[in-house]
Amino acid sequence: MNILVGISQVPDTTTKIVIGADSKAIDSKGVKYIMNPYDEFALEEALRLKEKNGGTVTAVTVGGDTAKEVLRTALALQVDKAIFIKSDSADSFVIASNLAAVAQESKPDVILFGRQSIDYDSFQVAPMVAELLDMPSVTMTSKLEINGTSLTAERDIEGGKETVSASLPAVISAQKGLNEPRYPKLPDIMKAKSKPIEERATTSTAARTEIVGMELPAAKGKGKIFGDSDGDISELVKLLHEEAKVI
Amino acid sequence: MKILAYLETLDGALKKTAFETITAAQTLAKQSGGSVVGLVIGSADTAQAGVYGLADCLVAKHALLEKQSTSAFAETIAQAAKAENADVVILPASSTGKEIAPRLAVKLEAGLAPDTTAHEIVGGDLIATRPVYAGKARLKVKITTAKKVVTIRPNVFTAKKADAAATVANRDFAPNLSDNHVKATVTSVSRNIGKLDVSEADIIVSGGRGLKGPENFHLVESLAGTLGAAVGASRAVVDAGWRPHGEQVGQTGKTVSPTLYIAAGISGAIQHLAGMSSSKVIVAINKDKDAPIFQIADYGIVGDAFEVLPKLTEKVKSVVHR
Repeated sequence: MNILVGISQVPDTTTKIVIGADSKAIDSKGVKYIMNPYDEFALEEALRLKEKNGGTVTAVTVGGDTAKEVLRTALALQVDKAIFIKSDSADSFVIASNLAAVAQESKPDVILFGRQSIDYDSFQVAPMVAELLDMPSVTMTSKLEINGTSLTAERDIEGGKETVSASLPAVISAQKGLNEPRYPKLPDIMKAKSKPIEERATTSTAARTEIVGMELPAAKGKGKIFGDSDGDISELVKLLHEEAKVI
Repeated sequence: MKILAYLETLDGALKKTAFETITAAQTLAKQSGGSVVGLVIGSADTAQAGVYGLADCLVAKHALLEKQSTSAFAETIAQAAKAENADVVILPASSTGKEIAPRLAVKLEAGLAPDTTAHEIVGGDLIATRPVYAGKARLKVKITTAKKVVTIRPNVFTAKKADAAATVANRDFAPNLSDNHVKATVTSVSRNIGKLDVSEADIIVSGGRGLKGPENFHLVESLAGTLGAAVGASRAVVDAGWRPHGEQVGQTGKTVSPTLYIAAGISGAIQHLAGMSSSKVIVAINKDKDAPIFQIADYGIVGDAFEVLPKLTEKVKSVVHR
């Protein structure tokens, strides 16, 4: 089985966001970068599919120079090949086109992504890649079974789950709960440092969106804070009912 | 701008997101000087859309659409957008809308602004605002293509009734579909009966480590039941296995913006705040007065959630008469 997994690098979830000088992106100074948490589930699923069915796992990243670090992690987790495409574009169509170009060449049976990257939170890349490649896609996948050339997946929907079936090749985006990702072992981390990463030029795709500005959400005024006496709790309920009018 | 509004249905009725989509579409039509046409897929009662001012609605029917395949839905919407010469297609950023919109954008060679919370027309350009970094920042993005696709975050565009209700004129729309348009198909759906989901709820009561153990979550459930609210949870208690991850609110869980969010025994780690800080009214209950959750709370009780919740539930009961 030929498996392609797209991974990206994002600021750690504990990052306090500071807007950069151009007001179009965050200030990356002092920010700790990690592998996108949802991509960990995609990568783990790729490794398990290979363990079960044989084949190869290729990890691909589209991003700035530091994003290569997540490919080192993937190599430490024993992916067979790592491809890096340098691009600072935040446009999902540009990113999806680059990923689809890799897939057109390597002809994977399964393409895995995280359900969203937790920086731009766009949820766009997986279905876009599927559309560009004329393949089925299942997003928010919390359970995946592959039998020969067909797949059955469970995906999270509002207030429940959907069971979906499709045939391979297919694009899958991973939700938390799909599996329990493994950690790389120290000797493998050391070995991964000298493994090759193939670098490719970006496609000439034109962006379809343009960032006009980025800002912090409006700061909130000081709230009304009470103690925990009976009178305090009564006052809170009264305010929620009469002032905020939310109950 | 001519705007096509994709209206989601469930069991033959329009969903709440459909009315929000109509409202967002009409606001945009008014700003840009244009009109709105609705689109439903399959049989549905569209009369209710008139209450929100929709007068013109396409009803797409085709045997292949019964397979509930998002790729066939995307093809149908693309064909409708072309037939109506729509400049903008608006969809809800629901679990289905998020699968359809990227495919639709590729088909229409359109730029896509996902999960938006506001739109403006500036010099003829559509500029959308959307939360990024789970709400820690807001991005303004311009769609630079002639055709545009926009998804809207549920619960943000409050559905507005029209001054005078319209009578909805339905027009049949027969898309040209083949088996190749049907890719992944839905074979079954299981719903958590009687359980509201945090992503759709108007009120959420969330619990954290301050509840001391999974056996005490009935206190959260009890208040949620009284308010008709959904139950949410912090990452700490989901990671500890106290609650299912479907309830997790935060950067690696669900991002929510209900009318009322009550955080009980949640200190307010930055990744949790990111997921709920756009809630309209936030109530925090925590025994640590310096907990970060109080910095974004509109109302707060400094006290042990374990003790405060039962009292709060009793007092809420007397107000909501349930």
